[in-house]
Amino acid sequence: MDFSDFLYMRSELSLLIVVIFLLLYDIIAGKKSMVYFQPIAIVLFAIHTIVTIIPYGTGEAFGGMYQNYPMMTVVKSILNIATFIVFLQAKNWFDTDKFKNERGEFYFLTLITLLGMYFMISSGNFLLFYIGLEMASIPMATLIALDKKNLKSAEAGIKYILSAAFSSGIMLFGISYIYGTSGTLYFNDLPQLIHNTDPLQIMGFVFFIVGLFFKISLVPFHLWTADVYEGAPTNVTSYLSVVSKGSASFVLMTLLYKVFVNLIVEWQTILFWIIIISITLANLFAIRQKNMKRFLAFSSISQAGYILLGIIGGTAYGMTTLVYYIFVYVFSNLAAFGVISTIENKSGKLNIDEYKGLYSTNPILSFVMMLAMFSLGGIPPFAGFFSKFFIFSAAAQQGFYLLVIIAVLNTIISLYYYLLVIKAMFIEHNEKPIPAIKSDTYSNVGLVICSAGILLVGIFSFFMESINQYSFGI
Amino acid sequence: MEYTIYILLLPLFTFIFIGLLSNKLSHKTAGIIGTISLTIITILSYMTAFEYFTTQKINGVYQTIVPFNQLWLNLGANLHIDLGIMLDPISVMMLIVVSTVSLMVHIYSLGYMKGEVGFQRYYSFLSLFTFSMLGLVVATNIFQMYIFWELVGVSSYLLIGFYYTKPEAVAASKKAFIVTRFADLFFLIGILILSFFTQTFDFGILMSGDGSIFNSAIGTTFIGGSVLTWAMALIFVGGAGKSAMFPFHIWLPDAMEGPTPVSALIHAATMVVAGVFLVARLFPIYIGFTPEVLHGIAYVGAFTAMFSAIIAIVQTDIKRVLAFSTISQIGFMMVALGVSGYEGHEGLGYMSSMFHLFTHAMFKALLFLGAGSIIHAVHSNEMNQMGGLRKYMPITHLTFLIACLSISGIPPFSGFFSKDEILTATFNFSNGLGIWMTVVAFLTAFYMFRLYYNIFWGKEYKSENGHIPHESPISMTFPLIFLAAVTLVSGFIPFGKFVTADRAEYIIHLDWTVATISISVAIIAILLATALYRKPSNIPSKIVSKTKGLYKAAYHRFYIDEIYLFITKSVIFKGISQPFAWFDRHIIDGAMNGLAWITNWTSLKIRGFQSGQVQWYAYVFLLGTLLITILAIAI
Repeated sequence: MDFSDFLYMRSELSLLIVVIFLLLYDIIAGKKSMVYFQPIAIVLFAIHTIVTIIPYGTGEAFGGMYQNYPMMTVVKSILNIATFIVFLQAKNWFDTDKFKNERGEFYFLTLITLLGMYFMISSGNFLLFYIGLEMASIPMATLIALDKKNLKSAEAGIKYILSAAFSSGIMLFGISYIYGTSGTLYFNDLPQLIHNTDPLQIMGFVFFIVGLFFKISLVPFHLWTADVYEGAPTNVTSYLSVVSKGSASFVLMTLLYKVFVNLIVEWQTILFWIIIISITLANLFAIRQKNMKRFLAFSSISQAGYILLGIIGGTAYGMTTLVYYIFVYVFSNLAAFGVISTIENKSGKLNIDEYKGLYSTNPILSFVMMLAMFSLGGIPPFAGFFSKFFIFSAAAQQGFYLLVIIAVLNTIISLYYYLLVIKAMFIEHNEKPIPAIKSDTYSNVGLVICSAGILLVGIFSFFMESINQYSFGI
Repeated sequence: MEYTIYILLLPLFTFIFIGLLSNKLSHKTAGIIGTISLTIITILSYMTAFEYFTTQKINGVYQTIVPFNQLWLNLGANLHIDLGIMLDPISVMMLIVVSTVSLMVHIYSLGYMKGEVGFQRYYSFLSLFTFSMLGLVVATNIFQMYIFWELVGVSSYLLIGFYYTKPEAVAASKKAFIVTRFADLFFLIGILILSFFTQTFDFGILMSGDGSIFNSAIGTTFIGGSVLTWAMALIFVGGAGKSAMFPFHIWLPDAMEGPTPVSALIHAATMVVAGVFLVARLFPIYIGFTPEVLHGIAYVGAFTAMFSAIIAIVQTDIKRVLAFSTISQIGFMMVALGVSGYEGHEGLGYMSSMFHLFTHAMFKALLFLGAGSIIHAVHSNEMNQMGGLRKYMPITHLTFLIACLSISGIPPFSGFFSKDEILTATFNFSNGLGIWMTVVAFLTAFYMFRLYYNIFWGKEYKSENGHIPHESPISMTFPLIFLAAVTLVSGFIPFGKFVTADRAEYIIHLDWTVATISISVAIIAILLATALYRKPSNIPSKIVSKTKGLYKAAYHRFYIDEIYLFITKSVIFKGISQPFAWFDRHIIDGAMNGLAWITNWTSLKIRGFQSGQVQWYAYVFLLGTLLITILAIAI
């Protein structure tokens, strides 16, 4: 065996080292040195992030089982940044006595799911892909149920694992059809063997693809989302809504571009309807939500619909806009979750009504939340405007005008509910607003990173340009 | 000249700094930070001007240099929006004008705005305005110009509405924003047409003298004109909106509700001349490819100049008189551009327009700041509550007189030189237009001295509560003295050496025939005003009663505002908006309520299933999968 193949796997190996180190540290360290666990984890992960960003050899390894292209490294880096911010925000959570002992598990499990996503992104074969997918979802269920004494958290965990198992079953069924009709599982060989004249292959394709729709939580495969987002600990929810969703969207794109290119008419039609239903339904549901986490769950479903707009054109520009959208979404959504988790950890408040008058007591947190809502709603000059603008233009360039019009109309509806949060915080009065909260340095750093991202990523064209140089189309 | 980037970054930073910390800073600190920052900007601007005019001349022609240009947004293969800094004679000149007047206003406001609520907000907005205006003049491409153009509009809106508890100020700020924004819509359409056909936003390429990029725009016709004509005309409409040309002039008089220093900065010296600057910036295109639009600009300018001069004669609010005077003077600049040619002596109009822009900025800012000083002393804007103030406010009086003489066109004050050049250029174009503009010059001198005598002479000032007016503090009189000094000497600047249409040096020589006419016209007007207004008399009221209809019409600004109101209220609101509102309320809202009801209902139903029933999720999941499969196989 040629060990040089491992050189392509730098990001996976470096993450594995971090994971193993943290696991051993958690087991060996005494009570005293556990105080340093989180700072060490964060620093190690930061180093890993930097190691991944530095460009390295790209190509295929292990006979095409594993692939690594520059764009994949870009996406992995974006996921790293998101995870890093989540870690910063989680520090606060594990300082409470109740969760002190779970911190080792949290970091270990989170990083394992991240590793699974790496494999999912870099896989060149359905087998590796499936292993990656399961690696990313089974520990996720544990994470969701991390607050095990809490009934809601436990319920969310069980719902997630059952739904995920069901979706995996259908997906495997689909893969078996693809294998049965083509005789291979390698992504490189499949395109020539898949034809849109074969109903069995189309059925296999659909069964496979809905598994990813489940991960991205698109309507009608989204029903688990609201329950799980609400029940899971807030930091897990933010991880789930950003990292898990981002990686699955990118994988969906590469698979559609590379493997199912012959079925382009089919998947364009499917995506067309899925996008419309997802955005519209999720928006209509989001309007009525009272709980911040449920509200953001529906918001994230509609955002997922927007993300797919980058795929439907099948162009290199579409890939750029999708990755850019995810990048911006990381900052916007994590800013919102950062504020929510800070407030939840210190005061236990989670309802939109309880946010009334927040500005009078916590001006900075309200300000960050406002940035996040504006960015999610797509108001210039914040980054969210640019990402929406680009992703719309990617779809419009390929002639999907009707779709873009519907999507634009939906942004108006979405603006309504994003502004409701701002209205509650800034305009409405409250006899007893949430008292002034002093957040810790770690989550402050996280919020600063997010705010900077929202303010700067849109205005400086550097990010868009550097993503653009690595993207490819059909 | 890389340091020019700090001319833009510094005010932006000051805006953010004062804006964010506004509650933590004391009034004094905020004012001083703003003023110091602007002092540095002014110094940098003067350095830029000095370096540019001394080193960037090659073969007698000033070069365009771009010290900084950053790609900002890529729109397809050719089109891209950059943000950068472009220096050429007019942008360097504007740097000087904007920074000088802005600095004076910053210093002046230290005294004028003392103790006002929101003092820090005021200074942060001033910085925002300065940033936007500087970004506008150094724009490297027309889209960057448009971005800053809108930013200027926003900061103007914010500053007009500074006293946001006053309903008039709020109404005025809205009016200014809506009217200019409406005109900007045409500007944007013009930009889009132009860039669609030429595939560029860049001024460097547009003005390269290579006419081939306009071929497709000239070749396509649309309702009786080439597309290029339409584009350039639409772009001018945007300029007309900001520069308050007829019929978009209605916002400027109302904008006087803002603090007076703001009127001096934005509504006299800098923002309102943005339209003139825009035409001057695109002048090579106007003159080279669409001279018919340029002539149209001349006639619009001439009409506006006369129209607003007539209105200015009968206004009684001193700031309104100055506002209409500003509109009239901008008309002068537009006329000068409109009648100008390109090369050598032909380009006199362009040169004189820029010259007048420069001198007017200084003396009009002086007039406004003087008016502010007067208002500060007597707490009123109305002429009839003033009179005889010369004894109480000697410095204000003297500087105001200098500015009045300058705008009337009396040598050796700066206004004489620039206005004289404009009249010469106009006479070269056509005698009819020349005579028209001379009449406007006569009216100018008359209404300015009517204003002057009413404020400083006439009946003695009497106050009910024994209040005695006094001279303003040093922070307010210093800018007056400085600007008066500039007004005294700036006429002698050999302007043709620096700013000309073809950028080659041009020696100004006075045309004595025109000069004699304009001086004598001005003197007659001043004498007439002296006779009527120096001492209290009943002659003016007699004239008024003789010409009642005309007076009333002019006093009500020829009912243009009422026409707008009629169109918006009766035609747009009643005819278009109300049916739409009905449709919105009953059909759309009805549909939305229905949707909400359906949503409510479905989510209620789903919630019923949701309590722990994961099998329902799986059921929907499977159903969805099968539906999609059928859909995919069916196509």
